Amino acid sequence: MELRLAGLHHGYGNIEVLRGIDLDIPAGRIVCIVGPSGCGKSTLLRLIGGLERPERGEVVQTGAPPPGCLNPLTYIFQDFALLPWRTVEGNVRLVLEDHGFGRAETAGIVDDVLARTRLSEFRAAFPRQLSGGMKQRVAVARALAVSPAFLLMDEPLSALDAQTRELLLDDLVDLWTRERFSGVYVTHNLREAVRLGHRVVLLSRRPGTVREILEIDLPLDARAGHAPELEAHRSRLWQLLRDEAHAADVELVDG
Amino acid sequence: MPLMWNWSMAERSDRGRPVAFRGGGFSPRPLGVVGPLVFIAVLAFWEAGCRTGLIPPLVLPAPSEALAALAHLVETGLLWKHLGASLQRLLVGWTLGTLLGIAVGFSIGLFSLARAGLAPVVAAIFPIPKIALLPLFVVWFGIGEGSKVATILFGTFFPTVVATYGGVDNVDRNLIRMGQSFGLSWLSIVRKIILPGALPAILPGFRISAAIAIVLLVAAEMIGAEFGVGAYILLAGSLMALDELLAGVAILSVMGLTVNWLIARLERFLLRWRT
Ligand SMILES: Nc1ncnc2c1ncn2[C@@H]1O[C@H](COP(=O)(O)OP(=O)(O)OP(=O)(O)O)[C@@H](O)[C@H]1O
Ligand SMILES: [Mg+2]
Repeated sequence: MELRLAGLHHGYGNIEVLRGIDLDIPAGRIVCIVGPSGCGKSTLLRLIGGLERPERGEVVQTGAPPPGCLNPLTYIFQDFALLPWRTVEGNVRLVLEDHGFGRAETAGIVDDVLARTRLSEFRAAFPRQLSGGMKQRVAVARALAVSPAFLLMDEPLSALDAQTRELLLDDLVDLWTRERFSGVYVTHNLREAVRLGHRVVLLSRRPGTVREILEIDLPLDARAGHAPELEAHRSRLWQLLRDEAHAADVELVDG
Repeated sequence: MPLMWNWSMAERSDRGRPVAFRGGGFSPRPLGVVGPLVFIAVLAFWEAGCRTGLIPPLVLPAPSEALAALAHLVETGLLWKHLGASLQRLLVGWTLGTLLGIAVGFSIGLFSLARAGLAPVVAAIFPIPKIALLPLFVVWFGIGEGSKVATILFGTFFPTVVATYGGVDNVDRNLIRMGQSFGLSWLSIVRKIILPGALPAILPGFRISAAIAIVLLVAAEMIGAEFGVGAYILLAGSLMALDELLAGVAILSVMGLTVNWLIARLERFLLRWRT
């Protein structure tokens, strides 16, 4: 299954947020979306996953989702969005409950995703007992439970401290290496983008348009050893982003 | 280099002193014994005042006399009759009012039409003291149990509605978004996300509505009730039997404390996921 964005326009009131976004999102790879603050990255992700309706243009899904997929477009949120009144296990079970699985089947899926995210021993913990990094791993486990075709991630590491972020980034690389999931990863952190993206899409400042598309051919699991190359990509992106970011920074929010 | 200079000065003149602590206060600690102590002290003073004649018996009877009146109530078995009648009215009225209030509060919170139609009505009726409507209820529901239950029901309904829809409004939108993004059904979102999310606002509403219910109970029992704590107090008052009046008031106070304790237990159980 692949996604194609065709001529997406969106705005709020009389603020134009996105203008004419055309983009192909291939299967089995991670597309990173970067851009200055407020350029419409989160909006774009909400449009992609059908949480919001674009004013113009469309998001087209081509091909069928893989068999066994319960929720093709699945989000991982910046603020984790875990239910505080449910345990780790309960939070994962939440997204399975509407699918009519038997007790044993549900337990099987829950066990499996908790094991894959190394959370098995914390299954009975409540979110308030977990660190930020663990909460986000619970959110990843919950997303994996519905076998998504696409993982839509909106700055999933931004609420975490630098060290946790590093660890979780490695986790995501491992996860991709094992499962080859398709992903859209929104971030304002260029280092994350070049570490995780097979393709990095740079948006201009608001109204967001596609400014540049960068393909990075290095396999994800080999990137740790190619720091200079990644750094070159990063600094090129930063050159492009800098002026946009500066201009965006001095704009009035509702100007 | 003023910094260096300060440091070497301090080194020479003394061995330094600890930085003064100034972070105390503003965090109440539980002092379990103080409450009961104050209570006992007040009672003791009061009793002493009555015994020494400082407080004339016509102004205020001694606590021991109120206790005697209470003992008399227990002996004659009248206590259970009064208490039973009152608790029944309280339970029926409060339960119905709360259930209806939660239902209406949820519809206001969830449906635009209900909000547009009902929220102004609720806002208009909420501040009316329901005691003022008691004669109306007597006409509508009869002088018997009907009007009493209706008064309590009405009194608890409105605060519950307001607390409930406030709670629904305050549920984290991101959690609802999350539910939608995973394709949860509407009913699942309401049951598993909105209801538990609104509970921290609904439960404190119970305390308020329970207090209102007790106030209204006494008022309602002052019209056409044979039994009931309110009727007992009214009768005692009209006979100027101040010891009995105080005994009745003490019963009300214990009732209120018990209800509060029960709600606190319920809160601790249902909201144990909170920090
Ligand atoms: N629901 C909304 N109603 C009104 N305006 C909105 C809404 N959501 C976003 N906006 C506005 O749209 C613009 C783009 O928002 P968006 O959150 O998509 O940006 P972003 O690129 O994700 O920013 P950030 O880097 O801060 O996360 C912003 O100016 C924001 O104020
Ligand atoms: Mg954003």
